[in-house]
Amino acid sequence: MQASIKVSRDPAVQYLLRLGDSCLILAQRLGEWCGHAPVLEEDIALTNMALDLVGQARAVLTRAGELEGAGHNEDQLAFLRNERDYLNLTLVELPRGDFAVTVLRNFAMATLLKLLWQRLQQSSDAELAGIAGKAVKEARYHQQHAGDWLLRLGDGTDESARRVASALEWLWPYVAEMFEADAIDEHAARTGLGPRWADVRDEWMAEVLPVLTEAKLKPPADRAFRSTGKVGRHSEHMGYILAEMQHLQRTFPGGVW
Amino acid sequence: MNDVSNNTARNEWPLWEVFVRNKSGLDHKHCGSLHAADPKMAIQLARDVYTRRQEGTSIWVVRSDQIVASDPGDKAMYFDPMEDKVYRHPTFYELPKSLDHM
Repeated sequence: MQASIKVSRDPAVQYLLRLGDSCLILAQRLGEWCGHAPVLEEDIALTNMALDLVGQARAVLTRAGELEGAGHNEDQLAFLRNERDYLNLTLVELPRGDFAVTVLRNFAMATLLKLLWQRLQQSSDAELAGIAGKAVKEARYHQQHAGDWLLRLGDGTDESARRVASALEWLWPYVAEMFEADAIDEHAARTGLGPRWADVRDEWMAEVLPVLTEAKLKPPADRAFRSTGKVGRHSEHMGYILAEMQHLQRTFPGGVW
Repeated sequence: MNDVSNNTARNEWPLWEVFVRNKSGLDHKHCGSLHAADPKMAIQLARDVYTRRQEGTSIWVVRSDQIVASDPGDKAMYFDPMEDKVYRHPTFYELPKSLDHM
């Protein structure tokens, strides 16, 4: 059994892990649609997007490992950390749910990632800026794809409208975490590594809320609840997804294709 | 009129034919078909299904039931008579050098 690695508490590394882990875990959830999507064409589309996100996660985790300077590569960071050392948003680790949940979550995440990648193109870290330049195009498409589906479901049949409304009820409380400010974001903003996630909140709302309205959806009222995946305190679902992702690397250390 | 693709089944999205223009330019080539609810979805799904390996720079889609096709039963009458008319190929002419891409 392969032992876990310890990860640096360096704020720049943590900033990158939040980004890379959110892509990684969302990719894993999207991958669960492989062979299960409502139609063949959509099955391919969802797994294409999962692979885009895996590619983004690989690049960002690789860079995080380089900045950390402890010799960790993308695979070790992806597969050998303990749960508390994953810094993805709680939103992306929630179970796959039905197609409405996936569409809504994809729309929320693609909008966030698009706005972040846009700004990260000006990162003081040239490597990260390069990753962002490629990723922003992918995120733009993910946002369009999910946004179109959101309209179809919200303004579709009674069944689709009911499902997407209950998805919104479930997921919306997890959105607030995206824009929680803290020292890691402050450090990134100060050093020019990247934006505070809170800085894209207004734009995120300006892009998301009109689509929800057009889809005849209304977000529930804000609550005091805050999820805390970004600081490593995860939901009960995280352990299961990590077990699934990690068991091969843990059982066959260094195993490759 | 070819009605094979005329979709009357309920709850089934219509069929679309997909044409992709590859990187080298020139013309759009037929590469397959897919089901989609409307033109916008057809274009997006065509992008996802048929351009995953950098095959394309432009996509056309057209509803399959909008294509008028020749009748396979007319094949003998339509196409066989051309078999022995080699003089219709421009192989008997000396082409000017400036036209060497014909």
